[in-house]
Amino acid sequence: MTNSSSSSKKQAQDQPETSEPTLKSLKAKMTKSDEKKKLKDIEISVPIVYGNVAFWLGKKASEYQSHKWAVYVRGATNEDISVVVKKVVFQLHSSFNNPTRVVEEPPFEVSESGWGEFEIAMTLHFHSDVCDKPLSLYHHLKLYPEDESGPLTMKKPVVVESYDEIVFPDPSESFLARVQNHPALTFPRLPSGYNLPAPMQVDDTGKKKRGDTKDHSLGQWFMSFSEADELLQLAAARQQVQAHIAKLRRQISLLEGQNQTIKTGTDL
Amino acid sequence: MGGTDAKDILGLPKTPLSLTQEKRSRPQKESHRKPDGISREVYALTGGVAPLMPSIDVAHLKRRPPADEKVAWQWLPFTSSARKDDLQLYHWARVVNNVPPTGDYSFAKYNKSVDILKYTDEEYENHLTDPVWTKEETDQLFEFCQNFDLRFVVIADRFPVSRTVEELKDRYYSVTRALLRARAQSPADVANHPLMKEPYDITRDRERKRALSVVLSQSRHQEKKDVQILAEAKRITEMRLAARRAEEPDVSANENAGLDKADGIVSGRSISPSSNSQLPATAVAPSTLTMADYASTLASLRMLHVYLRTYGLEQMVQAASSAVGLRTIKRVEQTLQDLGVNLKPKVPTKTVCDEHLELRKEILTLLNLQKQLQYKESEGSSHREGLYAAMPDTPKDRVFASDPFSFGAERPIKKEQKRKGPGRQADTPSPAHKRPRKMKASDL
Repeated sequence: MTNSSSSSKKQAQDQPETSEPTLKSLKAKMTKSDEKKKLKDIEISVPIVYGNVAFWLGKKASEYQSHKWAVYVRGATNEDISVVVKKVVFQLHSSFNNPTRVVEEPPFEVSESGWGEFEIAMTLHFHSDVCDKPLSLYHHLKLYPEDESGPLTMKKPVVVESYDEIVFPDPSESFLARVQNHPALTFPRLPSGYNLPAPMQVDDTGKKKRGDTKDHSLGQWFMSFSEADELLQLAAARQQVQAHIAKLRRQISLLEGQNQTIKTGTDL
Repeated sequence: MGGTDAKDILGLPKTPLSLTQEKRSRPQKESHRKPDGISREVYALTGGVAPLMPSIDVAHLKRRPPADEKVAWQWLPFTSSARKDDLQLYHWARVVNNVPPTGDYSFAKYNKSVDILKYTDEEYENHLTDPVWTKEETDQLFEFCQNFDLRFVVIADRFPVSRTVEELKDRYYSVTRALLRARAQSPADVANHPLMKEPYDITRDRERKRALSVVLSQSRHQEKKDVQILAEAKRITEMRLAARRAEEPDVSANENAGLDKADGIVSGRSISPSSNSQLPATAVAPSTLTMADYASTLASLRMLHVYLRTYGLEQMVQAASSAVGLRTIKRVEQTLQDLGVNLKPKVPTKTVCDEHLELRKEILTLLNLQKQLQYKESEGSSHREGLYAAMPDTPKDRVFASDPFSFGAERPIKKEQKRKGPGRQADTPSPAHKRPRKMKASDL
């Protein structure tokens, strides 16, 4: 799970344990914004994965029900996102019965059988202390594998998932208090000296139904997303570009020098 | 309909949107009934939309004259209050029941003229003398103004002494103003006169006309640049507003951090064009302005209260590309592909997105530097033409070696160019012709 703190610029700026001035300025900032009960430069992000898993029904397939599929939104590491998400509204193709499916409890998914691929809109509604605006995700349902010529198999499903992160740029204090230490999201590094009220005691986790997807029946097909590869790629690319930039700069300054000598007409 | 059948076959969703669109168009048509009394074609001439004010009283159109009237048309003489001479004119007049029409000639009311003040010689001596204008000229000016109804362009054409339109206007208006002031009982009476409230300012008029001509004579290139600069200025002001809302220290913190991260953007700004070439200037300007764009984009993202990180990255990328053209954007994307980087990160975590953005910025800097280099080269080569034989060879070779902008292919090409040596200058096409040779990333 990504462990990025609120923002890298913050890392550059504040060393809460040591430097006094930054601490003071942060405190000054906080008193200003205390009235709004929101903090600056702090964002909460919830990594999610959304997509579909589709099984070909093989012998049992009919013309209109050739595949059995499930579309879902889940926490990226299979953690329970219902701490943030109140309900998810899936908008299916109009040819389905009740194409608007509202799922109010995790796991946030819809299973259906059909034959067609279409775009599904998933609208995430959050708890009132999180955000009152819903957020929409769009996913194109995929039933058939990329390799069109290959035989369809009943054993391995077609899986298409996308990784994204829900960002809450200025979370309220109550939100922060409620979700601190929850594994489903990346909690920002708070300025030191800032104390959150203790989270309210929620229902006993034993009694409440588990909202994570760690033991999901389709869990074996879920993809895992690691930022490491991408970071490596990017770092290598940046190095190349930076080296090129440096070289060009040298050449330009060299040329400038040359042009100067030409202009002043020095004899060679 | 055939459209939906085709979609069926292709397996595309028949979006519910299309249905609602059809329904919407029908009620619109029904409200377009033509008003009565006018034929359909005539109504269509107005564009099929009813005029704001009913201009035609429809009842009049089909009215017939009352049957008891006897109408005849006679060739009669008439007078017009607009004519000051006693020329006798005739026209056809509609005579009803043997009563000829009364009243003034119907078009006489259109004979409007301007009230030009007439001054006496005394008044002239007392108030209206001017170093540049003689009395004769001023008299002539006023006569012309009367005759030509203050059409200064015409007056300027006919004026015996050549004077500009602005000078004539200035003289006329200042004389009139002085006259009004002199004749007024008290200053308050005359203060409401339009000429006093908004006096003619000759310098402003000259400036306005000059600016107009500049705008009119702008080349298309300049026009585009102006539009760009205006858009950027608008963005800066928006950013300033957003920054004020989002508290100044944060915004500047963002900007500073962004600067530190990018390897060369700060020093990129300090490469100021030494020569007259405009392009390096535009290369510098976008980097300063995009900082403002980032801040305003961040501010607008905050306003959303919730957004997807991919969306946030898209916005920031747009902000970064806002000051550059489509070709440059395509080049950036091509470069990303060459470097083996996904155009949209597959795992968009915060660090990945930040890195991605920084990489894009650096590529933009790179492309800018290449542009600059080309310009320097073109300058250099034009100077060098005469001095070619005496010049040492290494700098040129290194310069041209940077052209093939493909990572990994540079070494062999460098060697080859070095081999060719100084004689190459004559063979290589001038920078202006390099374009057909290199199609990819190096040319801008």
